[in-house]
Amino acid sequence: MALSKRQRAKVFRGAQYALLAVIALVLALAADWGEIQRAFFNLDIAASMFPNVITVALKNTLVYTALGFAFGLALGLVLALMKLSSVAPYRWIATIYIEFFRGVPALLVFIALSFGVPLAFQLQFDIYSTVMLALGIVGAAYMAETIRAGIQAVPKGQIEAARSLGMSQGRTLATVVIPQAFRIILPPLTNELILLTKDSSLIYIIGLAREQYELTKFGRETLSRSPSLTPILVVGLCYLLITLPLGYLSRYLERRTGGKKISTPESTGLGVSA
Amino acid sequence: MSTEVSTDVAVEITGLKKSFGPLEVLRGIDVSVRRGEVVCVIGPSGSGKSTLLRCVNLLEEPTGGKIVVNGVELTDPDCDIDAARTKIGMVFQGFNLFSHLNVLNNLTVAQRKVLKRKPEEAQRIALRNLERVGLAEKAGAMPAQLSGGQQQRVAIARALSMDPDVMLFDEPTSALDPELVGDVLGVMRQLADEGMTMLVVTHEMQFAREVADKVLFMDGGYVVEEGEAAQVIGAPRHERTKSFLARVLDPTHQGPRD
Repeated sequence: MALSKRQRAKVFRGAQYALLAVIALVLALAADWGEIQRAFFNLDIAASMFPNVITVALKNTLVYTALGFAFGLALGLVLALMKLSSVAPYRWIATIYIEFFRGVPALLVFIALSFGVPLAFQLQFDIYSTVMLALGIVGAAYMAETIRAGIQAVPKGQIEAARSLGMSQGRTLATVVIPQAFRIILPPLTNELILLTKDSSLIYIIGLAREQYELTKFGRETLSRSPSLTPILVVGLCYLLITLPLGYLSRYLERRTGGKKISTPESTGLGVSA
Repeated sequence: MSTEVSTDVAVEITGLKKSFGPLEVLRGIDVSVRRGEVVCVIGPSGSGKSTLLRCVNLLEEPTGGKIVVNGVELTDPDCDIDAARTKIGMVFQGFNLFSHLNVLNNLTVAQRKVLKRKPEEAQRIALRNLERVGLAEKAGAMPAQLSGGQQQRVAIARALSMDPDVMLFDEPTSALDPELVGDVLGVMRQLADEGMTMLVVTHEMQFAREVADKVLFMDGGYVVEEGEAAQVIGAPRHERTKSFLARVLDPTHQGPRD
């Protein structure tokens, strides 16, 4: 019997579904569910982690990330403006900074700030300063490039309109260009925030007091007392608690701006009025 | 040609030249606009008419020549161009409303930040100008919620809110749907009737004929012909003006160019 092309495609697709179903069935029958539960879902261990995993670890992760993001955003904006400056040395400095800190592991920066700087300069940062500086210094390198792209994506006509109304270059930047640039780059900035959330785990290198634990350190500590993957699973889920809404927010913002290059949230009529 | 003239002349352009790299767009332009006069600039695309207009508030830096607006020489390197621009309103082909601000804030932002007007005063002036263009009820709308014609009228009101002495219009109706052109031209005509000094780059020959005191025809970076609207549009003397007008006014009866 001769099958048409469409019928053959249908049979082929059916075969793939059948294969997947068989694999799933074999796995389900062959797996030692008791063993898996002991390894991953030990409810006693999970219960012992509460409420500290939320009130201490999750809270600290949020605080560390927020500090690093705020500092990184401010420094990134300065770097972006330097990169667009007509003063050549500013551009060189910004380029060197961005290339360097984008190229080295964030862990190195944490080590440098927590051990290197105190040894070299007799300067001791508290934990909040360290995490803010380390996350911010690295984050700024990434955000600077994003912000620069956003500034350059603001339509030229907006700048001309502002200048024709008598606004100086600086006034135009502050009143028109930067507010619009940030609307354009909200989605990529949200991604940056997700990356920083995960990078905040690198703070473990410093050696933390119990009340300073963030999620990863908290998970490791629990793990060393209870031989099960449960603690890792629990803190992993806590990260998702932060990053999934952020990811959703990022996609929502992207949809709202419609992916069009020059559009702003306002052009879809959903914007917040200033 | 002494003190009497200098107070009477709003815009004085002499020997204006502008090149973009090797491309010479303006090759020596002399234009003067008297106070209260409406001057329309017509000509084929690429003739330099928009560049001329953009030189008047120095959005384009002239390569040579002199521009004096209200007795201030803008081409003087030490001129405070930001201060001078507050007196020169500009309306763009693409409206260029600030897309992150609502209509009212579009009209007040420069008043507050540049002219340092009090918020209440800026708002009062903004609403008065919105009323002038017939859009007072749109004060709270975002630009993207308005039609092109409405956006352009808001842009005119925004420029008027700075109390300019001169208004520049750069093809203000070229980006509009045909049925919206009339609204904008109506506002411009009303402005002209109120005695505003206007320099208008346009393709609207009927508007130029009815409203302009003077029409300039530009081609190839020169002012080819200049005179009263009825004469330049109704009875052009130069061959290039004639062929341009024939193409614009009666496009269906023209063979391909050359």
